[in-house]
Amino acid sequence: MSIKGKAAITGIAELRPQRDAEGRSPLGMMAQVAREAIADAGLEKKDIDGLLTGWAIGEYSVLWPSIIAEYLRLQPRYFNQVELGGASAAGMAWRAAAAIEAGMCSTVLCVVADTRGVTTPGRKLPPFPPIDAEFDAPYGLIAANPGYALIAQRHMAEFGTTPQQMAKVAVDQRKNACKNPTAMFGSKEITIDDVLNSRMIVDPLHLLEIVSPCSGGAAFIVTSADRAKRGPQRPVYLLGAGEAGGHCSITNAKSLTTSLVKPAAESAFKMAGVTPKDMHFVQPYDCYTITVIVTLEDAGFCKKGEGGRFVEEHDLSYKGDFPCNTHGGQLSFGQPGLAGGMSHVIEGVRQLMGHGGERQVKNATIGYVNGNGGIMSEQCSLVLGVQ
Amino acid sequence: MAQYKKPLPQPTPVSRPFWDAAKRHELQIQHCNKCGAQVFYPREMCPECLAPGLAWVKVSGKGTVYSYTIAQAPTHHSFAEDVPYVIAIVELAEGPHVTTNITGCTPNEVKVGMPVIAAFEDVTPEITLVKFRPA
Repeated sequence: MSIKGKAAITGIAELRPQRDAEGRSPLGMMAQVAREAIADAGLEKKDIDGLLTGWAIGEYSVLWPSIIAEYLRLQPRYFNQVELGGASAAGMAWRAAAAIEAGMCSTVLCVVADTRGVTTPGRKLPPFPPIDAEFDAPYGLIAANPGYALIAQRHMAEFGTTPQQMAKVAVDQRKNACKNPTAMFGSKEITIDDVLNSRMIVDPLHLLEIVSPCSGGAAFIVTSADRAKRGPQRPVYLLGAGEAGGHCSITNAKSLTTSLVKPAAESAFKMAGVTPKDMHFVQPYDCYTITVIVTLEDAGFCKKGEGGRFVEEHDLSYKGDFPCNTHGGQLSFGQPGLAGGMSHVIEGVRQLMGHGGERQVKNATIGYVNGNGGIMSEQCSLVLGVQ
Repeated sequence: MAQYKKPLPQPTPVSRPFWDAAKRHELQIQHCNKCGAQVFYPREMCPECLAPGLAWVKVSGKGTVYSYTIAQAPTHHSFAEDVPYVIAIVELAEGPHVTTNITGCTPNEVKVGMPVIAAFEDVTPEITLVKFRPA
């Protein structure tokens, strides 16, 4: 038994990322994208009987799913918080399908939104995980930047990956962003020299290899394969999913260079009965350039250690031989909290629905999406396809 | 001594022996007498076999740099005066990986695989951090 093809994404919505929230709250933005995604799916609010969400830094609280149900006046039969950092949105897709297949509900709203920093008076940022606070933070290993720099440095030492190769990821994804009217950084293409001449933040990662936190939100609707056929959009079926975890602090990862993407992607491709070479595009989570290189290796698009050369030798733009993060990736689109991780799911669906606009990948019928949370700590791979 | 402004560990009943040893300039980790695992960070149960009763053992303090980054921008505002500084993962000779800083050399001298040895830094009267320097 598997959930392969049992459910489909039938509606999407995504806010244009903004540097500042301009007075808006995560809950308010969630209500907007909920309304727009429900309409995109050709449904009404009363059709929603499942709710999945993540968390929001801007209004961090326990009991978040109930807070959202209350704000939207929903009465879900199935609801939960998927707390997998940047992998939360991909994690929602298969959980929604599984809940539908199990008969717990029929149509699930998956929704996230966030502001850059705390915008609600009196609220605080959530605390660091306790082990990180005791054994990492005193040495300056705080938040994501240095963790991914440690990965990049080790990848360079083990495999000879170069700064130019890492920069190429940012350069090609920027080409995609220049065809995405909602990207934060989509007005001008960049060169490898631009990336390498940008400020060094945590050696070997430069400013243009690092995501920019912002405000925004996104939502998608998952429903059963039968119901999906009655909607206005081309249903995008969940063909495969796989998940993996095992560490919180990067220091405690079994390897810095072989990630948990490997088991997650293997599960997803196995469920779907396809291989990496069958994919028409990839939307891998990109908090940093090195994240894309490690993900492509571990998902099986190239051999371990050859990711740097792979991105150098392939055109990652929407019209290239290996379309990758066709919305620009978070590096150029922006990272509106967990909606940054949802952007990869949304773009995968958008391409498969044929709504890619100027950046539409021609004849795309199947693609790979990966969500990554923490410091390569949470991985969720999806294979999405249309019939 | 100027007031120390960077994040400090808050020892717990479980981790207290580690920090007490550091204060004596000794590196101690835990050992599982059931499966033989060497355990860091401090836990109540062995993460490999889940057995209770981990024993504290003094270790060599020797290791190698598994990976590192030179922070050219502070990773937290409290580190602003330290830039550039090296954040590293050191693989102890006994196996476990620890988060640390490399001191006693310029950041550009640090390399993956470089042999290092524990260098204890008394940052407050209560807390000693376990940093490493070239061996």
